[in-house]
Amino acid sequence: MDVRKNNDGQKQNINDPLQSKTYGRREFLKGAVKAAALGSAAMVSGCGTGLLGSGEEAALRRQEFFKKNYRLMTQQEKDETVRRLERLAKIRRGADVHISSQEPIAGALFGYAFNVTRCEGFMECVAACVKENNLDRKSRTQYIRIFEMEPGEMTPDSGDGKYYHEVPVEDHFYMGVQCFHCESAPCIKACPTTATWQEPDGIVVVDYDWCIGCRYCIAACPYYGRRFNWNEPHVPLQEMTKKQHYLGNRMRKRGQMEKCTFCVQRSREGRLPACVEACPTGARVFGNLLDPKSEIRFVLKHKKVFRLKEDLSTDPKYWYFID
Amino acid sequence: MAKKSSEKGFVAFVTDIISWNLSGGIGYQLYLCLLAAFMVLGIYAYFVQFNLGLAATNMSDIVSWGFYISNFTFLVGVAAASVMIILPSYIFKDKDLHKVVIIGEVVAIGALVMCLMFVFVDLGGPLQAWHMMPIIGVFNWPTSLLTWDVLVLNGYLALNLMVPAYIVYCHYNNRKPDERKYRPFVFISIFWAFAIHLVTAFLYEGLPARPFWNNPLMGPRFLASAFAAGPALITVVLVIINFTTTFKIESQVFNKLRRIIVVSAIINLIMLFSEIFKEFYLPTHHSLPAVYLYFGLKGHSALVPWIWTAISINLIGTLTLAFNPGNNNPKVLFPACVLLFLGIWIEKGMGLIVPGLVPSPLGEVVDYAPSWVEVSITLGILALGIFVVTMLIRPALIIEQRFQAE
Repeated sequence: MDVRKNNDGQKQNINDPLQSKTYGRREFLKGAVKAAALGSAAMVSGCGTGLLGSGEEAALRRQEFFKKNYRLMTQQEKDETVRRLERLAKIRRGADVHISSQEPIAGALFGYAFNVTRCEGFMECVAACVKENNLDRKSRTQYIRIFEMEPGEMTPDSGDGKYYHEVPVEDHFYMGVQCFHCESAPCIKACPTTATWQEPDGIVVVDYDWCIGCRYCIAACPYYGRRFNWNEPHVPLQEMTKKQHYLGNRMRKRGQMEKCTFCVQRSREGRLPACVEACPTGARVFGNLLDPKSEIRFVLKHKKVFRLKEDLSTDPKYWYFID
Repeated sequence: MAKKSSEKGFVAFVTDIISWNLSGGIGYQLYLCLLAAFMVLGIYAYFVQFNLGLAATNMSDIVSWGFYISNFTFLVGVAAASVMIILPSYIFKDKDLHKVVIIGEVVAIGALVMCLMFVFVDLGGPLQAWHMMPIIGVFNWPTSLLTWDVLVLNGYLALNLMVPAYIVYCHYNNRKPDERKYRPFVFISIFWAFAIHLVTAFLYEGLPARPFWNNPLMGPRFLASAFAAGPALITVVLVIINFTTTFKIESQVFNKLRRIIVVSAIINLIMLFSEIFKEFYLPTHHSLPAVYLYFGLKGHSALVPWIWTAISINLIGTLTLAFNPGNNNPKVLFPACVLLFLGIWIEKGMGLIVPGLVPSPLGEVVDYAPSWVEVSITLGILALGIFVVTMLIRPALIIEQRFQAE
């Protein structure tokens, strides 16, 4: 993969969190309607913790509450929300995070391949993913599942997804499963608020703050690719990955959906996803499907590949292959 | 429009309704207190859930929908079933059923209020619910079936509030309601009733990821089971009204309702048999949810006693209603309808939602039972529904009785 330039170095101006934004009449009316909605919601729920308070944090949270769906934001609005989120992370947890809103790179369509022969089930990929993507330590969320399989089957259904012993085990093989970033993804169709969509580079992302937590997408996903924040996710400050992306590994809140993003914060900078980098056996291949010289294209051309549940016509961008 | 002099106006209408609802014997006051206690319990439990997140429930990434959505699904059917009284009374001009049509409509309103509450408490981000509202949010219509469901449920609630409110208001003012004004809405509401249940079925039916749900029989079966369970609930309500108020229900009404229930319940059982045949004659990989439901899988069998109880009481209820040993005696109809109702509740609630999600798409099997928070919130919502029905039925019956007496 080619190295791309890092263009998210514009996040330094965090001194003015209130962002003296000028409101037009239209915006004001929209805000008023939303405020009414918020008021009734807060009454129903019995409390609107801090939402109606004063001070810098309250002001930031109020502005965050009323922001738009990420896809409808202008670049300026994206920059503003990023600045607010960075400031909030500083105020609330003392974390110096750096959140990017980097757009997809033209001419990139990401794909993934998993070498069933090579994987030995060490789960280094899982650990790297948890670390890189700031997954909740409390509920032990993991995007990647590794299944230990006996010969004669080629679907994780028959495998063991919860093994706690030394690997590799004789006469067994291992299969990794995560979000497959389907080209026709059922989860996207299910979402009532369009909080999840496919980016032009093929990555299926979630706008965490726009998600209402109805979980229809979990029901629609045939691959168990999505994870829900049942509790407030927690990551110890010293373990937190500070380099974040709005659609990727920034901190989620409870009640929001999340999933593998092919490490959007890394892949859009030309780096490999954490799981690929961490794999000690080289079983994981990631790259640009539109680049004829990429390793993923080599695998698709020269290996015998297959995908899971082809009968559902979801068209995953995640292939398995055997050496 | 004849007696203009007796026009009492809207303010008197509202104040009368409130005073009628607040007045009553000691038994009625205790009943209201009991409902209030359950609602307070529900509010407290929701407060706990709001602070902890949905971790306060027993749901997980595998069983991602549980007790709330189960109850929602079932109650949509109850709401839709009022059409089985609306259709004959307004379209076929059935005199007997016309006397109780208001009760059917009120039960539908109560059920719809409960449905909307169940969906709301199931949301992970209740404060973000406005994201779904058209104009201020993004309403993913027509792509997402969930947005269709929001439309049809709210539309049906509006229809069921509008028509009876107009008719009762006219009766309150001692004039005949103008049929030209409400008849079009009655027609719409009849189609709408089928729509709310079909759309809710499509919510599940449209997911190839879940073989237990991805079944074209689901929509029709939803309708059949609803047209049995809904009139069964209305019969229960009528029996209670018959014994606790001066509003007497004729045996002919019970008989007509019983016939509707029996026909629907038998169609429902035939479809159930067809589904079971398909799952177990040549079991495939896609039959595993059914195996889990009826017999248990990999040592997990939480639903097995429930589903067999459901099928048994469903059969007992259906047979009792079909052979009618009490000759429409409310004392026989009451337990039979309660059994049938509970049987369909279990089967079309938890028995439908949980096996759709277990085994997981990767073949993992877990058990699910609601937590105390889920049970408490559910009880609170059910109490709210019963409260709404009570608050609407009491004044409606008083007004209807007065109107008929004059």
